[in-house]
Amino acid sequence: MTALLEVSNLSRIYDVRRGAWPFGRLAALHAVDGVSFDLAAGRTLGLVGESGCGKTTTAKLVLGLVPATGGEVRIGGESLPAAGTPAWRALRRRMQMVYQDPLGALDRRLSVGRQVMEPLAIHDIGNPADRREKALAMLDAVGLAPHHFDRFPHELSGGQRQRIVLARALMLDPQLLVCDEPISALDVSIQAQVVNLLLALQQKLGLAYLFISHDLRMVRQVSHQVAVMYLGRIVEQGDPDRLFAAPAHPYTQALVSAIPTHARAKRQRVVLPGEPPNPVDRPAGCAFHPRCRHAVARCRVETPELRSLADGRRAACHLAEQIA
Amino acid sequence: MLRYLAGRLLRAILTIFLVITFAFFVLHLSGDPAMMILSADAPPESIKAFREAWGLDRPLWQQFLAYLFHALQGDLGNSMRDGRPAIQLVLERVPATLAITVPAFALKLLIGIPAGIYAALHRNSLADRLTMMVSVAGFTVPSFVLALVLVLVFSVQLGWLPSAGSDSATSAILPIVTLGAAGAAILARFTRSAMLEVLGQPYIRAASAKGLQWRKVVVEHALPNAAIPTTTIVGFMVGTLIAGAVVVETVFAWPGIGRLLVSSVSNRDLAVVQAILLLVAATMVTSNIIVDVLYGWLDPRLRRGGSRGR
Amino acid sequence: MAESTGALVSLQGLTVDFDTGKRIVRALHGIDLEVRRGEALGLVGESGCGKSVTWLAALGLLGNRARIGGEVRLDDRNLVGAPVAELERVRGRRIAMIFQDPSSSLNPVHRIGRQLGEALRLHRGLDGKAAEAEARRLLDRVHIADAQRRLGDYPHELSGGMNQRVMIAMALAGQPDLLIADEPTTALDATVQAQILELLGEIRRDSGMALVLISHDLGVVAENTDRVCVMYAGRIVEDAPIDTVFEEPAHPYTRGLLAALPELDGPRRALTPIAGVVPEPSNLPPGCSFAPRCERRIEACEAAPPPSTALAAHHRVACIRA
Repeated sequence: MTALLEVSNLSRIYDVRRGAWPFGRLAALHAVDGVSFDLAAGRTLGLVGESGCGKTTTAKLVLGLVPATGGEVRIGGESLPAAGTPAWRALRRRMQMVYQDPLGALDRRLSVGRQVMEPLAIHDIGNPADRREKALAMLDAVGLAPHHFDRFPHELSGGQRQRIVLARALMLDPQLLVCDEPISALDVSIQAQVVNLLLALQQKLGLAYLFISHDLRMVRQVSHQVAVMYLGRIVEQGDPDRLFAAPAHPYTQALVSAIPTHARAKRQRVVLPGEPPNPVDRPAGCAFHPRCRHAVARCRVETPELRSLADGRRAACHLAEQIA
Repeated sequence: MLRYLAGRLLRAILTIFLVITFAFFVLHLSGDPAMMILSADAPPESIKAFREAWGLDRPLWQQFLAYLFHALQGDLGNSMRDGRPAIQLVLERVPATLAITVPAFALKLLIGIPAGIYAALHRNSLADRLTMMVSVAGFTVPSFVLALVLVLVFSVQLGWLPSAGSDSATSAILPIVTLGAAGAAILARFTRSAMLEVLGQPYIRAASAKGLQWRKVVVEHALPNAAIPTTTIVGFMVGTLIAGAVVVETVFAWPGIGRLLVSSVSNRDLAVVQAILLLVAATMVTSNIIVDVLYGWLDPRLRRGGSRGR
Repeated sequence: MAESTGALVSLQGLTVDFDTGKRIVRALHGIDLEVRRGEALGLVGESGCGKSVTWLAALGLLGNRARIGGEVRLDDRNLVGAPVAELERVRGRRIAMIFQDPSSSLNPVHRIGRQLGEALRLHRGLDGKAAEAEARRLLDRVHIADAQRRLGDYPHELSGGMNQRVMIAMALAGQPDLLIADEPTTALDATVQAQILELLGEIRRDSGMALVLISHDLGVVAENTDRVCVMYAGRIVEDAPIDTVFEEPAHPYTRGLLAALPELDGPRRALTPIAGVVPEPSNLPPGCSFAPRCERRIEACEAAPPPSTALAAHHRVACIRA
């Protein structure tokens, strides 16, 4: 069966000017460079990486909020139409986005109920009475009480606001939810609540999630597949348990070992030298080679392809088998 | 940097051009100069002769082009009242206006900025609330009301200062104070909010945490940052140095550009009005450019490059 | 390493009240805390628990809306109520502090060199060439490459990780006995976080400086400190060595935090969130602040806030059911 979301060779390039205006040469910034993945209904793909890796740009490309420079996005078999067209708007009903800052994503001046009903109003579905009923049902589904309908966002807590954002996103019965750091702004004890809610909704409604986060532990908790991005490319992709327990790509190894944990003895710490480079200055060959302990001559010259390893995982590293 | 300035200059010229065009057409379409200058009872032949002499009988667009042509050569036309070149008339009056607007500007800065800073540093204190109340009064009271009140008190009741004209040395005092009051009030309010915003920033707390004395934190860390938005307002005030005193000059019978503008408009003395507007536009635009350049110097974050999507 | 000779800083009954104009809200309800020389102490809690307020109050950085009570003893002095000049001598020189968002903790219109120089002039009386040389040395110490060039850069030209290193360098300029790191890595990427925490550990080992590491992330605290205090709603609810907190947590809140965290190894288990929300400081429940969310609550819990009792030699808990 066709996957719900198919992304092939997606790329997005920006023209930037290096150096002080108005001097400086033009350069190309490859925010996303040849990213491909599939996402089936009812499954979660976790997308991890640090700032500048392109995960947020990927999310925007998937939704069509940013036009792609290359490659293709297919939803349920059809190619993503150009943004702003009626066809795109119709397709957007099937994909919604959940953002990091729930207070910023909600209008301070409208009541919770009105904001949850808004998607129905925009797409002209049902009459006001139907909409209200559906909104109340949705509030209940995300664990809020009916009296929250008339409240305002600033009267509620961070966790409750994120539930409202979720409720609003679900009103159009989407099949795909793109979650960009949905829990980072919440307290630890609340994060667990929202994550459990996301999992329950996935079970109940068969939702697919593109779950973007820098919190590797949470990503492992919710994902069926994980893709690690570095400077616009996917460097490792596969089953979360295996990927985190025994990462194949040196960057994933560093990322995983960077997670502070009580059980340090079990895992050797790999501290990466240097800074995550500016995406404009992407190194030739393997983008990671300047910071990689294992780099050899070939790494400086030849960009590794994302290829399958013995256990079904894929890694973009010439030396993946040796260092795993 | 040069390309940036060139771009701004181009836009500045375009702005001035738009101002002149707008002024030209509005003035010419809004009334008949001949009637105004010669009076309504004048015989039709003299009106016709007047019109011909000044080229007012030709089509409007032709008049406009002729005006532009002469303007580019430095000839802004002559006054219809006394025949003298408009430029001369205008430039004659500039010193008088500057004699009150420049001291008023200094007053605004010297009173407004310190008041605003003090209010911000002592937020919610009695001094702060008092300063804010006075400042609200300062910019809501229309300048002519303030002028009249000042005249009543200082000229009529106390007899210390002259109420009008520009004869004695002290006759500039009341106009200057009137002009300075509203500006100082606005500046106080603005400086206060700029300072408050800066004082709430994390780097102020970090500077204190370093052990730096509060006085130094304010002077070396807060003020330079608060100066950035304040420059906008100050720049705007510089732009109004020429034309900002129309009401005050009228109330105090001060012989500056403002009064000239008022009388020229009511007389439909087209060339003079246009010359004044040209001067005002040029001043505004120049001060804007200076402010923009100053911004780059004050705020290092603005000196960078940019990016566009493909 | 010299033996720790007793407490460096000792907080006793520290309270903080905020005057909002309409009423007074208590944010800290009597904190008792000791930091010994060379010790690494973690302070963990969620937003609003008072972990930052504690140390901002100790250094007098809370502004004039805050009323501070209790004692903060450094050497033989009490910093609470001390004159500002005295506090200014302590800040940066005995106790230094670094903050959460390094890029906004640096003045955007001053170059790095100037900001470092300010600290050096203040604490070490260095000027001109001597200050510049020392600034370079400090930047090297925090592993910033190309130090000379960096001195002429502005904060917005450096990354978040580098700015945090600059903040650490500035903190070191005064050679303090204690460094308070308030969520120093929360705004940074994971690999950069690891670098910064490693740097802090290295500096501690070299200089014997004490460290208070404030974070909402138990993992961050676990790896980098010897002892941890867990805070909730303005009180310390548990105070124990790191291993004890992870292996035998006594307070239900600590247990709840651990259960709500997913693991990276081992089988995936369902997360057990803590029901309810953190109470508003102006609206605390009578009795134990955590009681409404606690599975183990009994009637006595709602009567009065539980006192802090010693479970073992170095393990204190504020719970009557521990």
